[in-house]
Amino acid sequence: MNLEFSPEEQAFRDEVRAFIAENHPKELGDFGMREDMTREEMVAWHKILGRKGWSVPAWPVEYGGTGWTPTQRYIWSEENARANTFMPLPFGVSMVGPVIYTFGSEEQKAKHLPGIRSGEVWWCQGYSEPGAGSDLASLKTTAVRDGDHYVINGQKTWTTLAQHADWGFFLCRTDPTAKQQEGISFILVDMKTPGVEVKPIKLLDGGYEVNETWLTDVRVPVENLVGVENKGWTYAKFLLAHERSGIAGVARSKRGIEKLRAIAANETAYGEPLIKDFDFARKVSQLEIDLAALEITELRTLAGEQAGKGPGPESSILKIKGTEIQQRLTELTLEAVGNYGAPYMGGVSNDNGSNEHPVGPDYATHAAATYFNMRKTSIYGGSNEIQRNIITKMILGL
Amino acid sequence: MDFNFTEEQDMVRDGLSRLVREQYDWETRRKAIASAAGWRPEIWAQLAELGILGMPFSEADGGFGGGAVDAMVIMEEFGKGLVVEPFVPTVVCAGGFLKHGGTAAQKEEHIGAIVSGSAIFAFAYAEPKGRFDYADLETTAKKDGSGYVINGHKAVVIGAPWASHLIVTARTGGERRDRSGVSVFVLAKDTPGVTTRDYVTVDGRRASEVYFENVSVGADALIGVEGEGLALIELVTDEAIAATCAEACGAMKVAHAMTVDYSRQRKQFGVPIGSFQVIQHRMVDMYTAYETAVSLTYLATLRLGSDERERKRAVSAAKVGVGQSARLIGQEAVQIHGGNGVTDEYAIGHYFKRLTIFDSEFGNVDHHMKRHVALA
Repeated sequence: MNLEFSPEEQAFRDEVRAFIAENHPKELGDFGMREDMTREEMVAWHKILGRKGWSVPAWPVEYGGTGWTPTQRYIWSEENARANTFMPLPFGVSMVGPVIYTFGSEEQKAKHLPGIRSGEVWWCQGYSEPGAGSDLASLKTTAVRDGDHYVINGQKTWTTLAQHADWGFFLCRTDPTAKQQEGISFILVDMKTPGVEVKPIKLLDGGYEVNETWLTDVRVPVENLVGVENKGWTYAKFLLAHERSGIAGVARSKRGIEKLRAIAANETAYGEPLIKDFDFARKVSQLEIDLAALEITELRTLAGEQAGKGPGPESSILKIKGTEIQQRLTELTLEAVGNYGAPYMGGVSNDNGSNEHPVGPDYATHAAATYFNMRKTSIYGGSNEIQRNIITKMILGL
Repeated sequence: MDFNFTEEQDMVRDGLSRLVREQYDWETRRKAIASAAGWRPEIWAQLAELGILGMPFSEADGGFGGGAVDAMVIMEEFGKGLVVEPFVPTVVCAGGFLKHGGTAAQKEEHIGAIVSGSAIFAFAYAEPKGRFDYADLETTAKKDGSGYVINGHKAVVIGAPWASHLIVTARTGGERRDRSGVSVFVLAKDTPGVTTRDYVTVDGRRASEVYFENVSVGADALIGVEGEGLALIELVTDEAIAATCAEACGAMKVAHAMTVDYSRQRKQFGVPIGSFQVIQHRMVDMYTAYETAVSLTYLATLRLGSDERERKRAVSAAKVGVGQSARLIGQEAVQIHGGNGVTDEYAIGHYFKRLTIFDSEFGNVDHHMKRHVALA
């Protein structure tokens, strides 16, 4: 047992660090936390990685994966967090991509995987509905077979960044008579198809990142069905397990704590830097301790994966603890900026076109919005209560 | 990076697990801790035979060449069975002082005796007014010819009633709470002038108040450099914390498993209470607290050889995190056991008591949070 990286892993770290330093577009600056980005900005790094062959490290090599070990992938994500890069979005790379190469037809693989790898094609996820959140299997959107087409009708919600999406993957009910989980199919939809309508949902931070997606008599060719009709729930569960495996966000939170410490060193409280205030410093230490524990838990899970055990129910622990830490981090950052948490500067998505310099220190501008925004993390991806249900069943055996 | 145990470590775990299962069952333990002796020397003899007592010593010192990870494996098994025999005071603490600070003659005299099981040590460091500060000492050791004369009162010395020898900390110079002027001594417990008041602890172990009245020891009783013992004490107690955290993990694992099992058996409103989501989620939170504790125990154990700051931060992180987990799991386990949780008959209450006292050993959550903050 040891925590040291091998010489080969150190060399790998040097290699990826050098690659990031040379290739990460500097003109886009430090855009890890900015949410008013254009589509081009959001896919810039993805496209560079696509050309390098590093955009889908976790995929099997035959589909464009890098063949890195889980430890190498961990180093890769650490180095990206260190450089504050904007990583490829998960919808293509870690959600629909793995479903397509695992369950899709040869035609689907040939058609869709290259665009996911290159970052040319933007995907969105059509899972949740107004009446189907944690109880996802109660979804009501229907797909009715009509000749060579499915005709889809229904409403999806929380469709993240669908305003940019070229394609979407949708869970639709194809057998209304079957048991809930057994009548669902996994269907790929070109978002330009007539009848697809995307309407923004404004969030409490003032930003625009999720949508309602309305589907009215949307005609989709049957070849867009992934796998077997009515077996979509199996693929959906497979996808959710993949989604959870990267969700701990350890490297990003580490960087967030560094930023928090810098803010607290700059803020003044009772005539001294805030970080000298024991009440505050102990909260930062508690966060660091929780994060140190989560990091080892994730490394233990990775080690298990390296030994051939797939991501199991342990990933639910990573999701719960990881999101609690992300939320706590933004909460303490808001606390750290004190009075300057209050001014509203047009939200995270600063679309008022104003060039006026915000009031207060720069680091305070987004503190409240980020805190509000991050409340989503314990709700999405299977809420933390659902994760507890999973652990109850899979680990406690109840 | 490697989270695998060696084959030898797996064998040690299996062997100890069998010993605890077959010879440390609940009724036998209950009788032993209530007996006059309060422990079982025959268990100690078996640990010597199995090589457990020699595990963390180098082969050159007469041991079996193990290290901190071996101690972790051993302590986790002891924690599962609430083993009271004094492995931490004897092997981890006294062994640690001898390994890191002992002269060739001291190692020669004591390590062999520890490995064979013939010498039992207790570590007398705490004082009535010193709380968790190893430098806050009223006990003094005054130079007397080539040796020293020790005077003072040491508090809650775990395992002292069973001990043949003591490791004692005393001030040889400087002012109370100064970092310098702290020294460490080894002596036989029957040295004239040493008296004890022995008692039972709430978690089923034995301890003593130890009084030193003009206790004369030779120059060869000093471990390490006179007046510069604090760094050595911090190193050894950090090792003891990692080992004690592993013990707590073992106890938490069993407490959690017992609770889940109880929730399956216990019926209310016509169904097992484990079918209620409110109970399920509380037991999930206990489980994640346990996993957190295991991860932090690994971190502390694997950082014992790092530079001083990194070692102290990792160990304090563990003592904070494991302490918080131990409190949560102990309290929740009792709550979910309902009335049975507060009886003496059910084992769960005894795990709760051990996990409670764990917090105050070698500094509690608040103490280690302060150390963590100071080292930020």
